[in-house]
Amino acid sequence: MSRSLIAAALAASLCLPGAAFANEANEAALKARQSLMSLIAYNLGPLAQMAQGRIDYDAEAAQAAADNLFNLTRHSQERLWPEGTAEGQIEGSAARPTIWENLDDFARRYGDLQTAAATMQGAAGDGLQSLQGALGGLGGACQACHQQYRVSD
Amino acid sequence: MRRFGGFLLASIVVGLVVWWLARPGDLSPATQTALAAHAADAEAGERIFWAAGCAGCHARPGIEATDPVEERLVLSGGRRLESPFGTFVAPNISTDTTHGIGGWELNDFARAMLHGVSPDSTHYYPAFPYTSYNRARLEDVADLWAFWQTLPADDTPSIGHELSFPFTLRGGLGVWKLLNLSDEYLLPEFPDAQVMRGRYLVEALGHCAECHTPRNLAGGLDASRWMGGAPNPSGEGRIPPIPDPRWSADDIEAYLFSGFTPSFDVVGGSMADVVVHMAQLPAADRAAIAAYLRALIE
Repeated sequence: MSRSLIAAALAASLCLPGAAFANEANEAALKARQSLMSLIAYNLGPLAQMAQGRIDYDAEAAQAAADNLFNLTRHSQERLWPEGTAEGQIEGSAARPTIWENLDDFARRYGDLQTAAATMQGAAGDGLQSLQGALGGLGGACQACHQQYRVSD
Repeated sequence: MRRFGGFLLASIVVGLVVWWLARPGDLSPATQTALAAHAADAEAGERIFWAAGCAGCHARPGIEATDPVEERLVLSGGRRLESPFGTFVAPNISTDTTHGIGGWELNDFARAMLHGVSPDSTHYYPAFPYTSYNRARLEDVADLWAFWQTLPADDTPSIGHELSFPFTLRGGLGVWKLLNLSDEYLLPEFPDAQVMRGRYLVEALGHCAECHTPRNLAGGLDASRWMGGAPNPSGEGRIPPIPDPRWSADDIEAYLFSGFTPSFDVVGGSMADVVVHMAQLPAADRAAIAAYLRALIE
């Protein structure tokens, strides 16, 4: 009886630091992916504002934002989505648990974003109309994934 | 004994009165006359269709933001709406005469939208937002029905709701309606035509409050916390309060068209469908919605 108690306590003491470590790693992943999203949104900003006519079109600024978007979307997603980082599992997450049941589909949608960002990189500096033409696909790629895999906030 | 007899009699009278009040209502003769008198316009009805968001529940599940918008005109049903009472599954309301509502008349359609009552006189669950649609103008209902006639038929059978007892008993819905149904507007009359147009779009057709306003224990909207945000009935996340006071009317208008927030985050969850619907409306309607929402906090 007491031996099994000791064994349990020992097992628990061995697990706890491991759990704390996993927690820290998960929090770092959450912070990293949300930071990446913020940077993507930050660079989407001037492109969308120009397309909506809220600021004047500026080819150089548009190209710079589109280049950034292209590079940001080259960041690999592999270490950004560890298990245990869904909404309800970790504070501040808006990721639906279904991501981890559909990793192939999730990756495909990120691939769509990469393609749309490449299209935007080729279009943003070529005039307002060209930018506007590429924005729909870019916004659509964001939305397609958010609709499926992000909880309402 | 006499006292008991009196109590029994009173109970029966009260019971009969409640039964009478809670019975499925019908359109008044005046309403039927007005509906018949309106020269219905299918094109105008399309605008009502998108404003009312019919496709948000009744289009097939899994339509992507990037899919052609026409796919949302096939009202085959099947989307699931989770709630504390069980899961509602949206039925087929396409023009199919067997599985949809192709056999309905305008009066059947108006009775469903305005009273939440089916052609065979049973109450619908308020997952169908007649609690908002009951403010719709008769001519808009008639135009919407005219537009409906242009929509495709689909023979997908409807799946029943998955509710737990006692919510499986529709009779209780009559009492629920007595307690929770009102066609009064929340925002008082306002000397601004744009805000009033927005009020109609938000409070009647758009039924925004159905998600954005918290509910009481009986599942009715808590008007004292109008648009105050609410838990997501599916259990995931929260529906935010609206409007975000930091958002200008222009910000709201741009969001409803493009899905971009002022910080260029992009809409997700079930709101993504709403943005697709809103983007089909004339810009003036999105501006009116924005003006109404700002009027709530100004």
